[in-house]
Amino acid sequence: MTPDLHLAVDWTACTAHGLCAELLPERVTLDEWGYPLLDDTPLPREAVRRAGRAAADCPVLALKLRRNAGR
Amino acid sequence: MTTIPRPAAAVPHEVLPRLLPRTPLDLAAHTARYGPRAGTGALSAVLAEAGLTGRGGAAFPVHRKIDSVAAAARRSGRAPVVVANGCEGEPASHKDATLLRLAPHLVLDGLLTAADAIGARTAHLAVERGSGLLPGLRAALSERPGDRVSLAEVPRRFISGESSALTGYLSGGNGLPRFPQPPTRERGVGGAPTLVQNVETLAQLALIARYGPGWFRTAGTSAEPGSMLCTVHTAGTAPRVFEASAGTPLRRLFGPLPYPVQAVLVGGYHGSWLPAAALERRLAAADLGVPLGAGVLAALPADRCGLVETARVLRYLALESAGQCGPCLNGLPRIAAAFADLADPSRAAWAPGLLDDLARWSGLVEGRGVCHHPDGTVRLVRSALTVFAAEAYAHQSGHCTAGNPTAVLPVPSETAPEALR
Ligand SMILES: Cc1cc2nc3c(=O)[nH]c(=O)nc-3n(C[C@H](O)[C@H](O)[C@H](O)COP(=O)(O)O)c2cc1C
Ligand code: SF4
Repeated sequence: MTPDLHLAVDWTACTAHGLCAELLPERVTLDEWGYPLLDDTPLPREAVRRAGRAAADCPVLALKLRRNAGR
Repeated sequence: MTTIPRPAAAVPHEVLPRLLPRTPLDLAAHTARYGPRAGTGALSAVLAEAGLTGRGGAAFPVHRKIDSVAAAARRSGRAPVVVANGCEGEPASHKDATLLRLAPHLVLDGLLTAADAIGARTAHLAVERGSGLLPGLRAALSERPGDRVSLAEVPRRFISGESSALTGYLSGGNGLPRFPQPPTRERGVGGAPTLVQNVETLAQLALIARYGPGWFRTAGTSAEPGSMLCTVHTAGTAPRVFEASAGTPLRRLFGPLPYPVQAVLVGGYHGSWLPAAALERRLAAADLGVPLGAGVLAALPADRCGLVETARVLRYLALESAGQCGPCLNGLPRIAAAFADLADPSRAAWAPGLLDDLARWSGLVEGRGVCHHPDGTVRLVRSALTVFAAEAYAHQSGHCTAGNPTAVLPVPSETAPEALR
């Protein structure tokens, strides 16, 4: 069993580049200030690789993949 | 199955107050009143049976945090750390300072008992800079030469007491909340698994360790057992700190009120406004339908404007944002400014979009920061817009129904918070 992965943002790092919304348009849109609005339901298996790449491409590494462990 | 040990000390007769003596207790008076500090046998099971929850605002079950810090320490092979959180950044709250002044040894007992239970060798007690509490705490510690607790002062800011901000500061950091992954219970002070508990929580723990869970439950309701410290604000008088049994009717807590009441604030500046009928309910989250937070209660007189009161608090909360999370940085000042417009009928009447803006921005900041400051702020906004809906309508029609402009809720300074170091 793989644990559920979902998207998260480290808000202290995010500077509203908006790249994540271009790379994962079906999961990320931008709010009126340019910050990401996430669909943070568990990622389907086939989306995990692309999400991982988007996280690695974030210029400030603010996009994270998190295990569903609660707070 | 763990067996719950028998109470370590003779159970006291009187129900309340448990934590708050009338005058400060030195170690001799403390020991005479409460008996010696209890050992840690099966502490987690005892606390689970007692049903003790955190008194710093989030009401999280204490035994579960103790278990997860102990487990993280075993996994990582690192000795854990315990932190007593006496920061009390909430300007309307005085219960932690009162407790630390009157019963410092109870807090120290709880801190050391928790430390022993999880195998921590380092214990910190943090208070706010400018609180004036350090000399008394130093004196208390000097009476207990065998006990090692390091005392710290944190910057005077609302968010300094947030657990990741606090453990970061104690590790030499800037004292701002951080991304909660990994969580404080796994990586806190110096990267070690860290148990952060409010000072009142630790004082309650110290008594439960002595007298047992059955004694603890003789106060409170079965769902919300024990007593809690409250700071009660009545207009025109200084705030009072009480120890109340959960389940006490709010009206009894306030005592005779010299004015008709319009609304009650429950849970402080991250809390909720409720209509005056809440005075007939009991002090319990289940009865009031809102979290009790750190126990701040205020009765707003009928002749004041709830929108004006809320606008002042929101301005303060926006200034207290650490400004490091985009939505909080952008949203809180906008929310505060829009609420200030709403509070002023001469502006509210010309801005029909205010309520929509407030609703949209509230949605945009909620859950979108590394700490819960935006979430608490939004709770206050939404409750105000519900309870003071008729007043908002009046303001948008160009008039205010309040006759008395005197402020009720304390907002520290009208200037920016203490600069970061
Ligand atoms: C913005 C913010 C400020 C906080 N300030 C305090 C504080 O001053 N004192 C405190 O005990 N807890 C404070 N907390 C809660 C702590 O993060 C933490 O939950 C608490 O200290 C844990 O102790 P408890 O479980 O015994 O309540 C704050 C939380 C937030 C989000
Ligand atoms: S959510 Fe707001 S107050 Fe909390 S850390 Fe981020 S910017 Fe600071």
